[in-house]
Amino acid sequence: MSLPLILFFVCAFIAVLGAALLIVSREPIHSALSLILVMISLAVLYVLLGAEFIAAVQIIVYAGAIMVLFVFVIMLLNAHEEERTDWSKMAKYAGVPLGVVLLFWLAHWMAHSGIAAASAAGSGAGIASFSTVDLAKEIFRQYLLPFEATSILILIAILGALVLARKDE
Amino acid sequence: MVPVSYFLVLSAILFGMGVVAFVFKRNIVTIFMSIELMLNAVNLAFVAFARANNEVDGLVFVFFVIVVAAAEAAVGLAIVITLAQNRQSLNVERVNLLKF
Repeated sequence: MSLPLILFFVCAFIAVLGAALLIVSREPIHSALSLILVMISLAVLYVLLGAEFIAAVQIIVYAGAIMVLFVFVIMLLNAHEEERTDWSKMAKYAGVPLGVVLLFWLAHWMAHSGIAAASAAGSGAGIASFSTVDLAKEIFRQYLLPFEATSILILIAILGALVLARKDE
Repeated sequence: MVPVSYFLVLSAILFGMGVVAFVFKRNIVTIFMSIELMLNAVNLAFVAFARANNEVDGLVFVFFVIVVAAAEAAVGLAIVITLAQNRQSLNVERVNLLKF
């Protein structure tokens, strides 16, 4: 086994473990910390795929900003152990089988589809990396309008969060 | 060299676990976190496809997904705070006015 393959399996295992811990743990803060584990291992996988810029953004924005917001809200609301309620019938009879079927169907499709087969033969992970210069050119030329629309979206999100979280006078 | 299909399978597994967490969890903050898990799984698939086709466009999409996720987390958590102040509980089963 080559080094990238070992790195991939270690990180994939950590990511799946973190996702499982998110499902199993009853304390919301434990779920948040295991989600950070998933995000950091995904950042390592992005580096493995040659997307260093996305890996940095993943660490800074996702594991940094967004998860800090989550942890902050959990602490603020003093969210303690989840109440153990009997599951609704929908969750028990539709949710579990659908989740399992979706998981296996997606995994099967992604492993056997024409795209995956064609790409697996050609370029794999661990060769060259995407240049951040190319990414910037793409964003600021071809995708300039979506980029500018994003700034308006963020402005509206800030206003929305302020209005929602404000105490009524 | 890792085949790209491995990344796609991992992405599918993470997405499925996100769906399961979304259905199982009772705490509204944890449900939000499972949405973030699903977004992360989709991002991994985007990067894997970008690698497979050697196109930068996939990374641009990941960039936008991350931005939208940040905006969504800000607004969503504001809603959660308002909800917690009004209901004194984070359990989604207590928020059932619109339940069919």
